[in-house]
Order: sequence, then structure tokens, then C-alpha cells
Amino acid sequence: MEFYKGDAEKYKRMVKNTEPKSPILFDCIKAFIVGGGICVVGQILTNNFIKTGYSSDDSALITNIIFILATAILTGLGLFSKIGRFSGAGTIVPITGFANSVVAPAIEFKKEGIVMGLGSKMFVVAGPVIVYGVLTSMAAGIIYYFWRFF
Amino acid sequence: MSEILKAFWVGGFICLIGQLLIDKTKLTSGRILVLYVCIGAVLGSVGIYKIIADYAGAGATVPIIGFGHNLSKSVLKEVADKGFTGIFTGSLKAAAGGISATILFGFIAALVFNPKEK
Repeated sequence: MEFYKGDAEKYKRMVKNTEPKSPILFDCIKAFIVGGGICVVGQILTNNFIKTGYSSDDSALITNIIFILATAILTGLGLFSKIGRFSGAGTIVPITGFANSVVAPAIEFKKEGIVMGLGSKMFVVAGPVIVYGVLTSMAAGIIYYFWRFF
Repeated sequence: MSEILKAFWVGGFICLIGQLLIDKTKLTSGRILVLYVCIGAVLGSVGIYKIIADYAGAGATVPIIGFGHNLSKSVLKEVADKGFTGIFTGSLKAAAGGISATILFGFIAALVFNPKEK
């Protein structure tokens, strides 16, 4: 449960202690390189799927599914939190962060039961993401629906 | 090759902004994910994110903003195709693949792995 328990604060304190000069600049460089690197891997994967005949939307989806699978494995092995401590937003902002926010609590809370532990806690962060994402996009849909009458 | 460079700098830049938000504000990473999805949905619905996605490819679709963009893109498409019911069927249609994959792999991982001691 490295992800959703105010880890940013812990991380900030840790960096402040070890990197007194310009921690924010250093954080940003790391996030930029790791996040950019993940997107480069994504671009290479997407290009390959497009070459094998998938549409660009489907290729992007398969790429994201691969990232989700990789995140699930790395989180399970306890490696994702180690990488995340280095990269900060570089692994939070890509789809890997969303996947980790589901997988980490799912593993953590399975001891509280398969249904109310694993099943409910897995959406502790992803739930709000889906709720507000859907509400925002529905608002766009409602506006567009009435817009078309004019 | 330049396609890869574009994905790198745009994807990296989106993460850099996220890092600035973490360091400069009191936003937790969960709140940043919510914020980014909403920004993606808004930018997607006004057509701006499509321009970014056409330019940056995976640099725009891999960050969670792309998830928000997908939501609003498919709502608008469903409203255009089906009218009123599209408001309700559109958003989760685009998110279905990502959410289902996350649930499946999250569930399997939780069965296979045990929590690590910190």
C-alpha cells in the first residue's frame, strides 16, 4: 500500500533529507525521464500493433493492457514501490499509476477477505478516478447533446 | 524516430507537471490521478487533446489524461450516433478495456502475491 497513504508527503520528506540543494528540480527531471521513457516504450509497442493490423485505438488499448499487466507483476513482487520512490510522478501519471492504485490495495487487503477486503479496497483510488472521469465526460455529453439543437 | 522523441517529451512533460503538483501542493497521488482524468475529459471534449494525441501518440495515450480523453471522446461519439442514450452508454464504453484489464490482473495478482514487509 505504497501508493495511496500520503506517500507523496513521505517521499517529499525523504528527498528533503537526502537532497538539500534543489529537490524539486531533481524530482522533476526524474519524473520527466521515467515518464517519458514509459511513453517511448508505449509508442514502440503501439507502432508494432498498428503494423500487425490493429486500429490505432485498439493498439493503444493493447499497449495499456500490457502496461497494466506489467504493473500488476511488479507491484506483486514489491518492485513497483521501489521504482516509484525514485520516479515519483513518472510512474504515477502514466496508466501504470492507475494500475498500481488497484493492484497494491488488492494485495494488501486480501487478508480482510476476498469480497470486502480485496473486492472493495481495490477501488480505493481507482473508484474516485472512474467516478469523476465518468461524471466529467457525461457533462460533456449532455452539453454536446443540447448543443446539437442549435 | 521523431515519433518516439515526440512521445518522450510530451509524456515526460505531463509527468513533470504531475511531479510539480506533488512537490508544490498538498495533492496526494490519488488526487492527481482524479485531477488528470478530469482535465483529460475536458480537453478531450473541446477537441484540444485530439491535437495533442495526434502529435504525441503514446506520449498522450499512456498518461492517465489519455484515459479521460477516451471517456469524453466516446461519449461525444455515442451522442452523435445514438442521441440521448449516448450520454449514458458512451463514457464507460471507452474505459471498459482498461478497467476490465485492471480488475482481472489486480485480482490475479492479489491471489498470487502476498503483501511485502516494508
